[in-house]
Amino acid sequence: MEKRLIDQQLDTLRDEVLLLGGKAESAVQKAMKALTTRDSKLAQNVLDEDRIINQMELEIDRMSVEIIALHQPAAHDLRLVISVAKITPVLERLADHAGNIAEAVLIINNEPELRYFPEMSIMSDHAVEMLRSALDAFIAEDAEAARQIIARDKMIDSSYKKVFSEIIAMIINDPTTTTSAAQLLFVAKHLERIGDYVKDLCELTVYLADASIIKHSLKR
Amino acid sequence: MIKISVSNLNFFYGKAQALFDISIDVLEKEVIAFIGPSGCGKSTFLRTLNRMNDTIPIARADGSVKIDGTDIYAPNTDVVALRRKVGMVFQKSNPFPKSIFDNVAYGIRINRIHKDKADLAVRVEKALYDAALWDEVKDRLQTSAFGLSGGQQQRLCIARALAVQPEVILMDEPASALDPIATQKIEELVVELKKKYTIVIVTHNMQQAARVSDRTAFFMLGKLVEVNPTQKMFTNPNEKLTEDYITGRFG
Repeated sequence: MEKRLIDQQLDTLRDEVLLLGGKAESAVQKAMKALTTRDSKLAQNVLDEDRIINQMELEIDRMSVEIIALHQPAAHDLRLVISVAKITPVLERLADHAGNIAEAVLIINNEPELRYFPEMSIMSDHAVEMLRSALDAFIAEDAEAARQIIARDKMIDSSYKKVFSEIIAMIINDPTTTTSAAQLLFVAKHLERIGDYVKDLCELTVYLADASIIKHSLKR
Repeated sequence: MIKISVSNLNFFYGKAQALFDISIDVLEKEVIAFIGPSGCGKSTFLRTLNRMNDTIPIARADGSVKIDGTDIYAPNTDVVALRRKVGMVFQKSNPFPKSIFDNVAYGIRINRIHKDKADLAVRVEKALYDAALWDEVKDRLQTSAFGLSGGQQQRLCIARALAVQPEVILMDEPASALDPIATQKIEELVVELKKKYTIVIVTHNMQQAARVSDRTAFFMLGKLVEVNPTQKMFTNPNEKLTEDYITGRFG
């Protein structure tokens, strides 16, 4: 089929979102690696890169507005632009959470090392994997895959509860760990929120693919 | 409530079939837009709704078009009364070479709708008012209609259609020759007129269909491909063909 004027811009828009998603995913991965390896330099790198992510968000916003203003997209084209415009701030906020984890890491690394929490790694691997799959589903416009990813968020929620109890128990047993442990609690909460944002992303993929609005709906 | 009910309508220009088995209902006091590429039959179909095609000798229709339950193609149909009930506004404004007042008064006079001169003046004023033209012309009613701008002439034609108290207004690309401001005024008028009239509008301007209509019907090669609420048509049409047309993949 013949390429329309709008097609090239929509392709670029998709590419930019994918790049932003990749940056956000990498930020989460690096922040968690900085935590497990006690690498403050890597944590600082996550914080430094946040500025790039913010700029990418602004650029995608600009492109979305331009496409709406100049091409008046309809139907699937319109849903794509609207989804991108809504997904972009979700990815930016998701990366902010990675930044917040990095900030916590900087504090934790100034304190004595705590014991390892395997459930935290499970949670983090899960969040990153969900994000990667969600971006794939978005690009493939695969509503079914997006729905399945949404269901997986429950696993992160359940890991969060476990990690939360374990950290509280540690604080009770050894109050000297409180400073680091409190930061770890924040890290766990950020991971849990990242799972929620991935869910938002998937809801928008469902909208893009088949125009169904499943946000705030009991039936997914 | 159904105002116009079309069932299995086929339409021919001689041997060439222009419309194929069209079935659609138009609801009372809705704005329905007909869209589709050039030559798809949307204007032909519009003109079947008040038998404007009767003026073409080789034209022939079968199937049924009912307005308020009455078949307008029945042999005993009073076509003049039909066209009074189902008014029409064309792409190019076509005022008569008369004054603004006489243009609007024309239909009232030939149909003898008015009681007296004062009643005629009231009816002309009301039609001009309803066509959102009164304020612009009230001080020059006796001047030539040709002195009006293109947009004003088009609204004058709408006033002329309104003057004979129609129930349905057919509009065939009413704003295609107008600038954006005049187009906006026509579109605002369409939305306003919907309170009193059923409006069927043919347009090539997709955004116009999106802005003014409650439902949109998409025609292609003489067939009705899809009719749906406008919001649905422009965000998630049922048919791939509709999607391809409204997103500019053809047409």
